[in-house]
Amino acid sequence: MPQYPNRQFLDFEQPIKELYEQIDQTKKLAEKNSKIDYSQTIEQLENSVFERRKNITAHLTPWQRVQLSRHPDRPYTMKYIDKMLTNFIEIHGDRNVRDDKAMVGGLGELDGETVMVIGQQKGINTKTRQLRNFGMANPEGYRKALRLMRIAEKFNKPVITLIDTPGAYPGMEAEERGQGEAIARNIYEMIRLRVPIICCIIGEGASGGALGIGVGDRILMMENAWYTVISPENCSTILWRSWEKKEVAAEQLKLTATDMKGFDLVDDIVPEPDGGAHWDYDLSASILKDHIKKALNEVRDLTPERRTQLRIEKFGKMGHWQEIG
Amino acid sequence: MAELNDELSESLSGEESSKEETGGSETKEKWYKRLRKGITTSTSEKREMPEGLWSKCPECHYICTTSELKENLYVCPKCNYHHRIGSEDYFEILFDNKKYTELFDNIQSIDFLGFTDLKPYQKRLDEIHSKTNLKDSMRVAVGDINSIELVVACMDFEFIGGSLGSVMGEKFSRAVDYCIQNKLPFLVISKSGGARMMESAFSLMQLAKTSGKLSQLSDAGLLFISLLTDPTFGGISASFGMLGDFNIAEPGALIGFAGPRVIKETIKKDLPEGFQRSEFLLEHGFLDFIVDRKALKSKLTTLINLIEH
Repeated sequence: MPQYPNRQFLDFEQPIKELYEQIDQTKKLAEKNSKIDYSQTIEQLENSVFERRKNITAHLTPWQRVQLSRHPDRPYTMKYIDKMLTNFIEIHGDRNVRDDKAMVGGLGELDGETVMVIGQQKGINTKTRQLRNFGMANPEGYRKALRLMRIAEKFNKPVITLIDTPGAYPGMEAEERGQGEAIARNIYEMIRLRVPIICCIIGEGASGGALGIGVGDRILMMENAWYTVISPENCSTILWRSWEKKEVAAEQLKLTATDMKGFDLVDDIVPEPDGGAHWDYDLSASILKDHIKKALNEVRDLTPERRTQLRIEKFGKMGHWQEIG
Repeated sequence: MAELNDELSESLSGEESSKEETGGSETKEKWYKRLRKGITTSTSEKREMPEGLWSKCPECHYICTTSELKENLYVCPKCNYHHRIGSEDYFEILFDNKKYTELFDNIQSIDFLGFTDLKPYQKRLDEIHSKTNLKDSMRVAVGDINSIELVVACMDFEFIGGSLGSVMGEKFSRAVDYCIQNKLPFLVISKSGGARMMESAFSLMQLAKTSGKLSQLSDAGLLFISLLTDPTFGGISASFGMLGDFNIAEPGALIGFAGPRVIKETIKKDLPEGFQRSEFLLEHGFLDFIVDRKALKSKLTTLINLIEH
């Protein structure tokens, strides 16, 4: 993760930024004045940073979680792949239109076991953000994902999907090439895929764009991720007719990991380091890896038929209605 | 999803947008002199035309009586514009002698999340329930079309923009079960702005729920036809709407994943004419054929017969 001067802070992270500035100043003083021992002061300040990180994640509003899920320093799919897998080989292209850079995937080893990992990828600076189309895949991205899943199915390897998208790309070419059909096909085929699928929402889980790689045997969700039918901003624009109600929309949508687990719409919450995943990439990746392995072990031994049946039942139970008369 | 908010709000308020023609507005010099001012009929003596007697085509402005329009299956006799109609009309158009049995009509939406936007979701539901006979945005019926027994699930745009929520997902699932039990083909008529935001993630999960049921229908070797009508967007096109053994549409229907307004805002360009219309989808390979409403029943009959004999 980036070190202090290059680190980025959200508005509610400002107190931590101030602490870092103090540490920085103290270190400079220490350099100038070698006679006085500043090490204790620095240690105290560093401890305060830890305390602050803890406090911050303890009292977050839903909107602040949304902001954390989009933190510019937050680890993205490729970061997790890098930290969790060995011998990773990226696989490109949908064999039809092009290679969608917003959707990445490939084979690698998860503690010795070959797995197929697929996920949306965001960029880390202006140039790569454009290259990755801000993590918004086109139909060819979803079709590439499906192609990779088919390879996994053929060679009997489990599939792991890492979800992080503000939505499927709403562009003209995306419509021409059937964005709806591509997502629908993936959802349908993922229900029927013969090998285990573990999905994890690692950041933003917006709508069909997320669900397009989000159907599986176990659905995990990171502590500061969000998952719902529409982004709070777009929900605010449509239902409140104003961009300004995004905080209220975030609350009303009940989109946090705790909410989603409470509704039984996800199976497990993956804890993040204090303050969020961006504070410690190694720790975040190792916690995620443990949870993925645990989930995989739970569903590994099912027969393909039973697996499909359980997936249909799992999603079939979702929903609330009343029966009258 | 549910990007068609303009249309949604229109349907919520129950108003049809109407454009008045403003031809001949320039004032000409009069060749006569008016002795008395304007219309002198007092309000009490005014004769009212019964409302809804006449209908104007929004496309070509052709005016005809509503009974003439109804006889023509709500298709403009002049320009073939397909007016938006609801489940009741489709059931009457399709089923022999307008005879059918409605299924699962006791399932109703509840506000599980306590969702409040400008109005509480529950209040929104109560209002529509008191204004219409509809219980939710989809109705399922079984009956004969040209003596072939068929299950039809049809959406009502009037009900929160035909949005996909828990109820639609459940009715869809039960309809599939009914088809499997009775070995019947399944027709879904879509007309929807997308997933129902007031049910948040629950509405999103209906995409997976319905697709899972279609997987069972497919394994049972049964036919699924998806008829897309104006408009069909978001969660519907990202799930069962596009998963038919045959995807068909009415002429000129707007069909897509993202709504035109959202796309326009994203790409900052005007969209070409005919973009996201049925004909555009056919051209790009996402529809099997386009069918006029008047030919719908006979073409469905032919198709089902071809598959089943």
